[in-house]
Amino acid sequence: MTTQEIGGAEILVRTLSDLGVDVIFGYPGGAVLPIYDALFKQDRIKHVLVRHEQAAVHAAEGYARSTGKPGVVLVTSGPGATNAITGITDALMDSIPIVVITGQVATHLIGTDAFQEADTVGLTRHCSKHNYLVKDPARLGAVVAEAFHIATSGRPGPVVIDLPKDVQVATAPYQTPGKVEHKTYKPQIKGDEAAIAQAVEMLANAERPILYTGGGVINSGPHAAQLLRELAKTTGAPVTSTLMGLGAFPASDPQWLGMLGMHGTYEANWAMNQADVILCLGARFDDRVTGRLDAFAPHSKKIHVDIDRSSVNKTVRVDLPIIGDVGAVMDDILALWRANGHKARDLGGWWRQIDGWRQKQSLAFEQKGDEILPQHAIRELWKATHARNPIITTEVGQHQMWAAQHFDFNDPNKWLTSGGLGTMGYGLPAAIGAQMGNPDALVIDIAGEASILMNIQEMSTAAQYRLPVKVFILNNEYMGMVRQWQELTYASRYSSSYSEALPDFVKLADAYGWTGIRIEGPQELEAGIRQMIETPGPVMVDCRVAKLANCFPMIPSGAAHTEMLLQAAEVSGELDDEAKALV
Amino acid sequence: MHIKEEMAERHTLSILVDNEAGILARIAGLFTARGYNIESLTVAEVTEKQDVSRITIVTSGTPAVIEQIIHQLDRLIPVHSVTDLSARGPHVEREMALVKVAGTGEHRIEALRLADVYRARVVDSTISSFVFEVTGSTEKVDTFIKLMRQVGLVEIARTGVVAINRGVERT
Repeated sequence: MTTQEIGGAEILVRTLSDLGVDVIFGYPGGAVLPIYDALFKQDRIKHVLVRHEQAAVHAAEGYARSTGKPGVVLVTSGPGATNAITGITDALMDSIPIVVITGQVATHLIGTDAFQEADTVGLTRHCSKHNYLVKDPARLGAVVAEAFHIATSGRPGPVVIDLPKDVQVATAPYQTPGKVEHKTYKPQIKGDEAAIAQAVEMLANAERPILYTGGGVINSGPHAAQLLRELAKTTGAPVTSTLMGLGAFPASDPQWLGMLGMHGTYEANWAMNQADVILCLGARFDDRVTGRLDAFAPHSKKIHVDIDRSSVNKTVRVDLPIIGDVGAVMDDILALWRANGHKARDLGGWWRQIDGWRQKQSLAFEQKGDEILPQHAIRELWKATHARNPIITTEVGQHQMWAAQHFDFNDPNKWLTSGGLGTMGYGLPAAIGAQMGNPDALVIDIAGEASILMNIQEMSTAAQYRLPVKVFILNNEYMGMVRQWQELTYASRYSSSYSEALPDFVKLADAYGWTGIRIEGPQELEAGIRQMIETPGPVMVDCRVAKLANCFPMIPSGAAHTEMLLQAAEVSGELDDEAKALV
Repeated sequence: MHIKEEMAERHTLSILVDNEAGILARIAGLFTARGYNIESLTVAEVTEKQDVSRITIVTSGTPAVIEQIIHQLDRLIPVHSVTDLSARGPHVEREMALVKVAGTGEHRIEALRLADVYRARVVDSTISSFVFEVTGSTEKVDTFIKLMRQVGLVEIARTGVVAINRGVERT
């Protein structure tokens, strides 16, 4: 061993540090002890000890989504890696840049069913953007740098590095990571000029244009959100967004139509249906957005801007694909629009039509009586906090959809939710990650009483690091979305959807060293929320809401945008098999 | 309710990939994960430095599915290029099969005669058996095997399709 050689674990930690990593979310174990020892000996990277590996990944996602920087996870072999898989899949579905380092048994033990051995590269091959098994410490630094490059460029996603224990101990010279030039992986940033010219003409001549935006705008960076605002101003077109894209365009803007899709607004879905030109920016025509495919936006020419070529024509055939970074493409569209001297067309007729749909007030609700309507609770939460521009995370279910509908976002990177995979238990660890990355921000997890129990152990993490996250539980004692579907499509046969044997959340908060608050009626709401915000440290609010409230509007399974339901009275008791099979 | 099937086309894809551990699992797994068909798959190193392999996959699907398959493959980090030979135009496809036939008398003579017609070579022989090596299109190999069934076929080993485009250009 020459003097310059250091162990694989040190190489890993130094490389991470040189790449600008300042926080890692992880959980130690036998196969990562050398790495934890290397972490112990330095002070540039802070390690956040979670209480379950799934939560480490969600925390890294929350950190990444709220800061725009990649999140980093460190877990041990075997169960450490398998526990992380839900989070890795979640990051893949929502295109979140994270790097997950998993320990592995020593190279000579691989394949022998050794203690805590799992085939991590095999298991994560199809739920990661890319993965590596590193067998040579001399290769480690380059692999880590390449992993960050792949995770953060193109369509972002999770990259897994599996690191056998002997490779963590074996030595090699350290090299400072340089610029990564991959020989085959070269994401296309700039869109095709001819296609952009065609898009500009289509937009300039559209009578009923709409901008359909998604998480890609947020992934492209704050600059892209700015360009989206300019593009909307310049063209005069209305803007709608997927769940993942909320915040890229300000909800306070008069051109904002609200979210589209299954629980989107009446005006957003009707505008999509009646549009003559749809400009899709960094969204992927998900089934929750399109509804019945053969009835999706039938009168429109569709332009699809996406950095991932495999997203184009996957479910919906488009007329004009533009492969490239959505920010770069919007930049070029705007430049060409101006160079060609286009003026926004008079879209008065289109806006009058849209105003007609807006009259339906599809998100309206009436708070009366002793029960708190969940929509009302979220709106009150928004009123009390929006001036502080909070970061909102959610779990998955009714509360998530109500939050998307009733909490208005004006900036990107403030809305962290599990869209593609729909992972219950996402919100609390994501809030922890977001708070780590934004120590001064107000971070609130809007939760349901069922989802929150899926990663409830993370209360301990928040307590340990004194993270002042707020968990606002809309407690209706049901897995609300499951119950709602059972009501609407299975004649109210509530099979296993009641949240039996719930803990006393206020006592639970107390047990973890949090502050617990219970809100039981509408008159307690304002004071309860104020107390939550003003109390230092982590707070859990058990907000008791109407048990049987449903989330509307809703496009039922297998229905078209024009077949939205606005209230429960429009719903028949049971769907046919075709619709049931669609989910 | 019944599951609906759509019309499928057969396509031959030629894929150049980094020759690294797990690459075959990555490709094959993508097909199972996304519900695509593999009719045959061949793989071998094709560069002097032995760092790049060519994988030839025969698959079937609707035109939209074929387009998705190509884009999904192309998205994998170790994939250099994906060429749809069927869409690109004239190309050569070949398969090789080793066909074992046992028998005596008329059957043995007939097997040898048919092998001659199909330009199959005898690569092993005993008093009561032959192993034929036959090369050609999938259809030719299929037909040869069908004939051998009638004259004492014992077992078959097939390579699956390898293919390359015609002319001077590389794929």
